[in-house]
Amino acid sequence: MNPETKKTLVEPLVDQNPITLQILGICSALAVTTSVKTALLMSVALTVVTAFSSASISSVRHHIPNSIRIIVQMTIIASLVIVVDQLLKAFAYDTSKQLSVFVGLIITNCIVMGRAEAYAMKNGVKDSFIDGLGNGMGYSLILIIVAVFRELLGAGSLLGYKLFPLTTDGGWYQSNGMMLLPPSAFFIIGLLIWAVRTWKPEQNEEPDFKIHESHVHGSAEVH
Amino acid sequence: MFAPVQKILDLPNDSVKKTLAVAVALCLVCSVLVSGAAVVLKPMQDQNKALDKKKNILEIAGLMEEGKSIDELFSQIEPRVIDMSTGEYVTNVDAVTYDQRKASNDPKQNIQLKKENDIAGIKRRAKYTSVYLVKDGENIKSIILPVHGYGLWSTLYGFLALKNDAKTVVGLGFYEHAETPGLGGEVDNPEWRKKWIGKQVYNDSGEVMIQVIKGSVSSGTPDPEYKVDGLSGATLTSRGVENMLHYWLGKQGYDKYLDNIRKEGAK
Repeated sequence: MNPETKKTLVEPLVDQNPITLQILGICSALAVTTSVKTALLMSVALTVVTAFSSASISSVRHHIPNSIRIIVQMTIIASLVIVVDQLLKAFAYDTSKQLSVFVGLIITNCIVMGRAEAYAMKNGVKDSFIDGLGNGMGYSLILIIVAVFRELLGAGSLLGYKLFPLTTDGGWYQSNGMMLLPPSAFFIIGLLIWAVRTWKPEQNEEPDFKIHESHVHGSAEVH
Repeated sequence: MFAPVQKILDLPNDSVKKTLAVAVALCLVCSVLVSGAAVVLKPMQDQNKALDKKKNILEIAGLMEEGKSIDELFSQIEPRVIDMSTGEYVTNVDAVTYDQRKASNDPKQNIQLKKENDIAGIKRRAKYTSVYLVKDGENIKSIILPVHGYGLWSTLYGFLALKNDAKTVVGLGFYEHAETPGLGGEVDNPEWRKKWIGKQVYNDSGEVMIQVIKGSVSSGTPDPEYKVDGLSGATLTSRGVENMLHYWLGKQGYDKYLDNIRKEGAK
């Protein structure tokens, strides 16, 4: 794999992560991370949609009229999402029931649109596919980390296997109900961003406004 | 043949003609893709849905067995359709294909509920409802009744299975809801579902007595046979479940039908 392609694929995992650096796709990261299984399925669904929508948008990029650019992208993304949703209903019925509306909401996920607009409109089909794949995986990585914390601390299990026996079932672990509610995903994502930016300080943004220190040159200038 | 297509592709991107052409072509391609997927996958999805419903009915009636197919197990269950106003079986409707949820949204097949009667928060219900009879030869072993009602965020859809005395619970479970996972979502917890088994829904004079209480039923609780532990942290979902049962077992619901069963059983 040539280094440029590798960079496209690997960079979104940490250095350009869509969730922790670009703060995109937060809403679904809150909604589907109560259990690892739903997070995994959502990750696969989003990665597939991002990769294929980027590739198909890239393949027609020279013929997309500027005035209907966004609508064209949306239509392609929406069609792919519906196909993925139909496939899930046919082959993974139980999990698709848990994901309910969130698969449909991939259409409005900022990551998919963001990659189409920022990358696929300017780059070749293969590169766009890899870029979509990389960003999907960056999203998946965060989703799975968040889901592991939430399911383990909130329900004492991973992928449905009981690891900590709950007090309600006669065990020792008092489950943390907050972990199953959306705010906990905010906390975990926040802590993750903190951790990543401590590890890679170059991700810290410049403040938009700076308070300038005023220089006071002697008492004569003070009125 | 490709000359006209090439001519359009060669137009400047922002010309009106090309914009229209691209929009039409895109819509055509995408609609073929979407409808193709929907048509090809429809039979599998329908099968999944039907199987899922059967699986739920079997689970709630406690009839699930390892190693047996769902269709095989479901053969001991007989679906019937009843008229809610009389409590009698209806014979002119095919019970296997009758879709109660569709019927409750069809103005020809439903009734609107008055606000004071609508304790389950469902607004309307079908005139005819499905019931599922678990049979052992000619005798009814248990009766499975579809129930639904509003919890905190969502309508819970489920089944209540009663013994042939029409008042002892065999099982209660929900196959569709969107309550908070970990709180109201605990209606799916097998431990909680076990607590329903053996409870009495009616007293001897036929009043609906079942109650979801705050806290848990202990040895000191009076009338424990009518009471089930509430879900901690989910007062509104618990209340929703109680209201739902009161509605469906009450005069508006299956009361007449269950009455008929009891009379027939006494004969």
